[in-house]
Amino acid sequence: MSKLKSGSTLERLLDRGEFVVTAELGPPRSVDPKVLDDKISALKDSADAINITDNQTSIVRVSSIAAAAYLVRQGLEPVVQVACRDRNRIAIQSDLLGAALSGVKNILCITGDHQCFGDHPQAKQVYDIDSVQLIQMVRDMRDRGVFQGGQEIRNSKKAEIHEPRFLIGAVENPFADPMEWRVSRLEKKVNAGADFIQTQCVYDMERFAAWMREVVERGLHSRVKILAGLTPIRSLGMLKHMKENVAGIAIPDSLAERLGAAKDIKAEGLRVCLEQIERLRAMEGVAGIHLMTVEWEAAVPQIVGAAGLLPRPKAA
Amino acid sequence: MIVAEQKPIQEILAALPEVDNLLVAGCDTCVTVCMAGGDKEARVLCAAIRMSGKKIRNVETVSIERQCDREFLSELSDKVSRADVVLSMACGAGVQMLSDFFPATIVQPALNTLFMGSTEEAGYWLERCLGCGDCSLELTAGICPKTRCSKGLMNGPCGGSVGGKCEVDPKSLDCGWDLIYKRLKSLGRIERLMDIQPPRNWSRAHDGRPRSVIRKDVRL
Repeated sequence: MSKLKSGSTLERLLDRGEFVVTAELGPPRSVDPKVLDDKISALKDSADAINITDNQTSIVRVSSIAAAAYLVRQGLEPVVQVACRDRNRIAIQSDLLGAALSGVKNILCITGDHQCFGDHPQAKQVYDIDSVQLIQMVRDMRDRGVFQGGQEIRNSKKAEIHEPRFLIGAVENPFADPMEWRVSRLEKKVNAGADFIQTQCVYDMERFAAWMREVVERGLHSRVKILAGLTPIRSLGMLKHMKENVAGIAIPDSLAERLGAAKDIKAEGLRVCLEQIERLRAMEGVAGIHLMTVEWEAAVPQIVGAAGLLPRPKAA
Repeated sequence: MIVAEQKPIQEILAALPEVDNLLVAGCDTCVTVCMAGGDKEARVLCAAIRMSGKKIRNVETVSIERQCDREFLSELSDKVSRADVVLSMACGAGVQMLSDFFPATIVQPALNTLFMGSTEEAGYWLERCLGCGDCSLELTAGICPKTRCSKGLMNGPCGGSVGGKCEVDPKSLDCGWDLIYKRLKSLGRIERLMDIQPPRNWSRAHDGRPRSVIRKDVRL
């Protein structure tokens, strides 16, 4: 076993070559803890780590770090999403220190959806740094013990350096354009310091397979662990919305026709998801899956169980 | 040039006090080119105010070369001295210079100042520069990612770039990074995109402080 960077469960499982399962949890839009408790109970035994979104689609929710601390207190392993949209480098680094102090060991560095999609379209955007710069900043904090401004992470000249140690995640969308740039963008994130990647929702398996082939050809799969993003379609409305309105999501016509013609689209969506998992498990360079069920956390144990991925392995 | 557009007439009227004498002041430089606040627009706005029923006895118009330049402002002294309120059709710099030059007069804006940009076609102006104070156009084939990317990213397109368009408006807004990518490729310099650009120095932009330029070599 190589020397661990963060010591997180996710890192240990990836390091051991387990096919990992992560799942996404959108924090509540109020301070009602029941919403969070219900989601946690659905996910806790079926995912190795739980992604906590950072005001996803620019809609105000409980902060990803506060929700992650809530999970840590229950002995669970969060992946804290950090978006560049709302905070400058001062606020992000301060929050990273706070996250580390709260027991968070995995960070996912993302650009963040534009504020025009959310419930406060008149907000001022920040984007002081972008996702590649964020990855590099988190790595420098961990590996060099320095803040972005160059100062060491310690309380006085005589004090020891106490740096936050995170496993650094990033995202990539194999379905966005320019298509030929998409593996290069992944490589750039790996060069910046990404340890693992969670991809945008995969529906077009052929395009994903082509992207993965290039990833493997360039040897990137040996430098970064790639988790394929999956979102089961559960209604005609969702299918239409994902196909027509979400930039960067590609649903092939054949899949749309299959789901559209199904008697029970929810069941068919789960079947499609299971077929995808089967194919992804056999695909070279794919280290696991990331389930983004969007307010349908109860589907996660069903999917993971039916895919034969339960019980989840222990880290120690 | 600076591109601006006229505020909705209802907003202009609502903000105007009922006075005896109003002066509508056009500006003959940038806002004339973008057809928002030149001599012609000042006359049209003047007519609109007269017809609006707003209780203002006299509405006069004038237009000068540049409201942002003290050299031309003294031409306005007579007309401003007769006015209770001046409605400036210049950019924000012009409105503020008028206020500065005529400290006893109320000056109000008739335009929303938008950006530094170009005339692309008749009736189509495009933002091209943020004035960030730290130009790095040599890295991106002469296309500014801070200005042309909706998120101002520095290290390539985000995951919302599809078919050359930006997720913010996939019907009509070009993805700035798609433009940069294609131009770098056609110039045979695409490998430059793999260089990680470090965080920007925002202290050179307005984030640092309200900016000024003082050139000792040309000061009198």
